[in-house]
Amino acid sequence: MKPTDTSSPDYFHKVVDCQWACPAHTDVPEYIRLIAQGRFSDAYIENRKSNVFPGILGRVCDRPCEPACRRGRVEDRPVAICRLKRVAADHRDDISGRLPKAPAKTNGKRIALVGAGCASLTVANDLAPLGYEITIFEALRTTGGLMRTNIPQFRLPPKVLDEEIGYILDMGVDLRLNHSIDSMQKLLNDGYDAVFVGTGAPRGKNLEIPGRYDSEHIHIGIDWLESVAFDHIDSVGRKVLIIGVGNTAMDCCRTSLRLGADDVKVMARKPRGFFKASDWELEDAEEENVEILVNHSPKDFVIEDGKLVGMTFELMEYKIDEDGRIDRGTVKGEKVIPCDDVILAIGQDNAFPWIERDIGIEFNDWECPIVDEQTMMCSRDGIFFGGDSAFGPKNIIWAVAHGHAAAISIHKYCQGEALDERMPIGLHLSSQKMGMHEWSYSNDYDPAARRLMPHVDLKERFKKIDIEVELGFTVEQTIQEVERCLNCDIQTVFAASLCIECDACIDICPVNCLTITANGDEADLRARLSAPAQNREQALYVSQDLPQTRRVMVKDEDLCVHCGLCAERCPTGAWDMQKSEVLIPYAVDEASGDQPQPVIPAA
Amino acid sequence: MSYISKPKVAHPNMPRNSLGLTARDYEGAVSTLCAGCGHDSVTAAIVQAVFELNVEPHMLAKMSGIGCSSKTPAYFVNHAHGFNSVHGRMPSVTTGASAANRTLTYIGVSGDGDSLSIGVGQFVHAIRRNLNMCYIIENNGVYGLTKGQFSASADIGSKPKKGLPNQQEPIDPVSTALSLGATYIARGFSGDKEQLVPLIQGALLHEGFSLVDVISPCVTFNDHEGSTKSYAHTRQFYHHVVDTDYIAPAEEIKAAYAEGAAMPIELHDGSKIVLRKVYSDYEPTSRASAFKYLRERLNAGEIVTGLLYIDDSRGEMHDLMGNIDTPLSEYPLDKLHPGKEELKKILSRYR
Repeated sequence: MKPTDTSSPDYFHKVVDCQWACPAHTDVPEYIRLIAQGRFSDAYIENRKSNVFPGILGRVCDRPCEPACRRGRVEDRPVAICRLKRVAADHRDDISGRLPKAPAKTNGKRIALVGAGCASLTVANDLAPLGYEITIFEALRTTGGLMRTNIPQFRLPPKVLDEEIGYILDMGVDLRLNHSIDSMQKLLNDGYDAVFVGTGAPRGKNLEIPGRYDSEHIHIGIDWLESVAFDHIDSVGRKVLIIGVGNTAMDCCRTSLRLGADDVKVMARKPRGFFKASDWELEDAEEENVEILVNHSPKDFVIEDGKLVGMTFELMEYKIDEDGRIDRGTVKGEKVIPCDDVILAIGQDNAFPWIERDIGIEFNDWECPIVDEQTMMCSRDGIFFGGDSAFGPKNIIWAVAHGHAAAISIHKYCQGEALDERMPIGLHLSSQKMGMHEWSYSNDYDPAARRLMPHVDLKERFKKIDIEVELGFTVEQTIQEVERCLNCDIQTVFAASLCIECDACIDICPVNCLTITANGDEADLRARLSAPAQNREQALYVSQDLPQTRRVMVKDEDLCVHCGLCAERCPTGAWDMQKSEVLIPYAVDEASGDQPQPVIPAA
Repeated sequence: MSYISKPKVAHPNMPRNSLGLTARDYEGAVSTLCAGCGHDSVTAAIVQAVFELNVEPHMLAKMSGIGCSSKTPAYFVNHAHGFNSVHGRMPSVTTGASAANRTLTYIGVSGDGDSLSIGVGQFVHAIRRNLNMCYIIENNGVYGLTKGQFSASADIGSKPKKGLPNQQEPIDPVSTALSLGATYIARGFSGDKEQLVPLIQGALLHEGFSLVDVISPCVTFNDHEGSTKSYAHTRQFYHHVVDTDYIAPAEEIKAAYAEGAAMPIELHDGSKIVLRKVYSDYEPTSRASAFKYLRERLNAGEIVTGLLYIDDSRGEMHDLMGNIDTPLSEYPLDKLHPGKEELKKILSRYR
């Protein structure tokens, strides 16, 4: 193999699995260290820089970082990254003085944001400090979009939303609530310099089977959740069936339990392992005694005397092949399950009835606008999309990432700059050596198991709809959980010219990730390392030829616990532990023209 | 040394031996030697060797004297027996231990100071007795623990960090052992575990005295330019003569060997070592030709490595003395201790 090119920022960035997996590239190890030092406000600001809503995301993020976490490969359970984010938010001091501020004078450019959800708010957060005049149009009577209407209050208290959205609105954003945009053309006629569409995927999928329109007790999940959020609905029947087993279904079943239901069944068409819901949301629902019935495919609604009394399901059987793919299934029977209400939670679609189809905005076959993934601009110049409205339903953290990207584009568009000439992501390395065998980070491996989130007592939590179930980590839990982080951003950096091939690093490595051997192609090398490198997702770090024998040092990044012992045992300093800071340009950096600078952490 | 010990976390797919142990289970305390010390690599090679040989930790005895090398038994197989003896006296203590219990596997770790200066007499007589042990000399040419004075194995002309080059003739443990009639003589290098591990495995299994002289650079006092025991010098003048493969008892010889170059030797437990002659005219079973070759290459400044001499025909100490197999601790007391009356009879023979 050729020597690994570490000059590309991507190489070391990818080693930080959590940060790489996060669409907004939040610097997870850095904020966990800040929490470990009790610097909660600093940890909050570090989070806010990239993900804008640490308090919200610390509760309800889809956390792509956790399945990626290296700890999950070394042991079996990842660091509770999301829970720690909430710790930073829960324990922060007043940070209002540290937030970005709008300049006294605007730059005269007017930007319209449609929808007051996470994508639009991120755009506002990035552009208001640059002097843009931001107007947000929201059809509902309040902000937050799906974060407020679709996520129940017992998971995400309104106070948390208000606080973090307030930070953005307080920068002088012009918020127009109850202001539905019915025509893109009319909006464009108002002469805005740019328009951003962050209207989400607001249409819940329907289930067109017999009886669908014969009862008022059949609801569309996201609409039903919205009605609950706005107090239009405050009760539900005793027996409730939820159709679908995604995250919305989990919110629907748990909400039902709080509105009077005592027999809630989630009906899944496929077996376990093919559910769309995240594991932790399933766990939380099952803790509340929600029953999940697998292999039940809806057939029709049973209506007697004009009243919904049950639903007929086909009982399915599936074959799963060697690669884990499931077939279409065969029907093995039928069953009627009685119910009072049915909630459909089988997905959602984009809907743009308010965008004229003849104004230069092209749509694809799925009625989604065609949007550039880098610039977030659609086929008509000056109109940008983000969040679920851009590429279909994803999640909050993707919407935030889209918002940051769109903000850069909008700024460039308004300044007459080329949208695709963007500042590259940078990477800064700094040695963490403090003394003979002393590192700036807690390098010892802590074998503690993942801490479990404490919950409100099962009886207590159903008394009111807004009792937040998760209590947040205690101090003791936080202290233990932060030590589980492997500090993957403290990189093992190798200088081949200094190596004397004494094998000290290889002998001390607890997880056998180092090998000095004759070079070969990748497949060959992977097979003959100290431990076979079977995870092909993870890179091999191959050195230049070593001075004495012309062999190469090979590191399998997969299971490195970043304990620094290779560097500690190295007599010549060929290995060093260096912190990699990924430098991600935001709109503010593009505006200043300076590449973002590393924060040299205070010693 | 390090401030933290090697974390207990391990690779999830670590191989296990027939006892169900991983190589990590054969580790010891964290090393307090200098970072980069060759001895730590020898320690790792020992760990690998005993792991692969499925040695039961409680059937291993680690013996040592004084010096950097003699600290190292603390760094492998925590659950083995151990005796850290007086300077240079490890061979006598091992002789005593072996006399009392010949069922244990004895591994002695010594240094060039411990074996070739203060303990040279002990070293010589352990060979003469053909004591059944694996005797490792971690050879770096200096007294590292007392800050780098030349030892008895320093080569003529080798330069110290400060002061004048060495002028005295070195004692070469390999030719010394050869002339004394040792029955398993090998030389390795701490920087080449591929060669070293099977050499140690053969030495552990050989019945009789097995010497493994390991060039193990002192990274602090003898790894500079002009030193003849540095990593760079050893690599430059490294000369494989006979490489060795260890083949476990039930295993077939799988590797393809060139005709005439491979020499399988069956050991007492049914395992084999296959000697691979890199130089076909070298004869590792002939003392005379081995001695001649070694001296020639030594004079040419080469460091000859590999399994250099083996004689599997001579009995070890217990065989020569006709001792019983049972450890004395397990032997019935009435037989072990003949009683006052018997003693009187014996003594009367000498009156």
